[in-house]
Amino acid sequence: MMKAVTVIGFVVLVLSQSQMLMAGVEVNEFSSQTQEQQYNKLINELRCLVCQNQNLADSNSELAQDLRKEVFSMIQKGDTDSDIVDFMVARYGDFVLYRPPFKPVTFLLWVGPFIILFLAVLFVVIFIRRNKNTDLTELSNEEVKKADDLLESLQTPDAIKGNKQ
Amino acid sequence: MWRYLAPLGLFMVLVVFLSMGLSLDPKDVPSPLIGKNAPAFTLPDLHSPEKQISPDLYKGQVWLLNVWASWCVSCRAEHPVLNQLAQKYQLNIVGLNYKDQRNDGISWLRQRGNPYISNAFDLAGRVGIDWGVYGVPETFIIDKQGKIRYKHTGPVGWLDVEEKIMPMIQRLMKEAP
Repeated sequence: MMKAVTVIGFVVLVLSQSQMLMAGVEVNEFSSQTQEQQYNKLINELRCLVCQNQNLADSNSELAQDLRKEVFSMIQKGDTDSDIVDFMVARYGDFVLYRPPFKPVTFLLWVGPFIILFLAVLFVVIFIRRNKNTDLTELSNEEVKKADDLLESLQTPDAIKGNKQ
Repeated sequence: MWRYLAPLGLFMVLVVFLSMGLSLDPKDVPSPLIGKNAPAFTLPDLHSPEKQISPDLYKGQVWLLNVWASWCVSCRAEHPVLNQLAQKYQLNIVGLNYKDQRNDGISWLRQRGNPYISNAFDLAGRVGIDWGVYGVPETFIIDKQGKIRYKHTGPVGWLDVEEKIMPMIQRLMKEAP
């Protein structure tokens, strides 16, 4: 008897939990597929300011929920992408955009990686050139003879022994 | 000589940039609203719902809008500073009670003191969106013409009051209405 009660209690608990989870899912009724696509595109491109490395689609913060609602209602009013993006930028700045516009402030952000790439290529080119120019001088006769002697001495085991001592 | 100086120089440049990065706060996003007119709103008063609060009421004055909520933990740290600002300097601080329950907000103020000349009750957080609020508490300074001149994100501390807020307010007080 007690067992049955516990099991029922557990089932009820699990069911109520899943209902709570259901409540967390946002259900938006779009009047057309283009509107739905517009919504999904926008919430993926707009950044959440609370959890800064998430977009509005990923974030579960209260602000992200509110802003998703705002995007949804603006789409239903028939606002265009740029209307909605402008609305967000006017309030939160370029920071809300994952692809910020090209401006003096964002110049380094856009061009920086290419500058670094250029410097790296330049460095490699200089490095290779410098190594090519050095150490290719001809050996003098004396040096060639010295090298020959060394090689010859290596071929006789005695000499190696002698060198080691 | 260069062989040793070049990596050292490169290292120094890295150190400078990394230490600059350490002193920056990634949570502090500059507000595009600075220098612009304070976004209009009409909201019921927290204490008396029949009363309407709007920024127009404070035109011609220098005032602060402080966004707070009873659920906001760092607002607790900030509150004594606001109380002092209101008492000592007689600043006009308007509260924006953001996404809070009316009773919670009222009892919070009863417990901790009320530094606000009035409190707008923003249950839905829609006015918060218009003001670009993303991290409560936030504090805005609005000049006599109704323009936002400064924004502080996060709890206001004494250092912020001395170094930024009071000098800014004294400067704005001298401006013509």
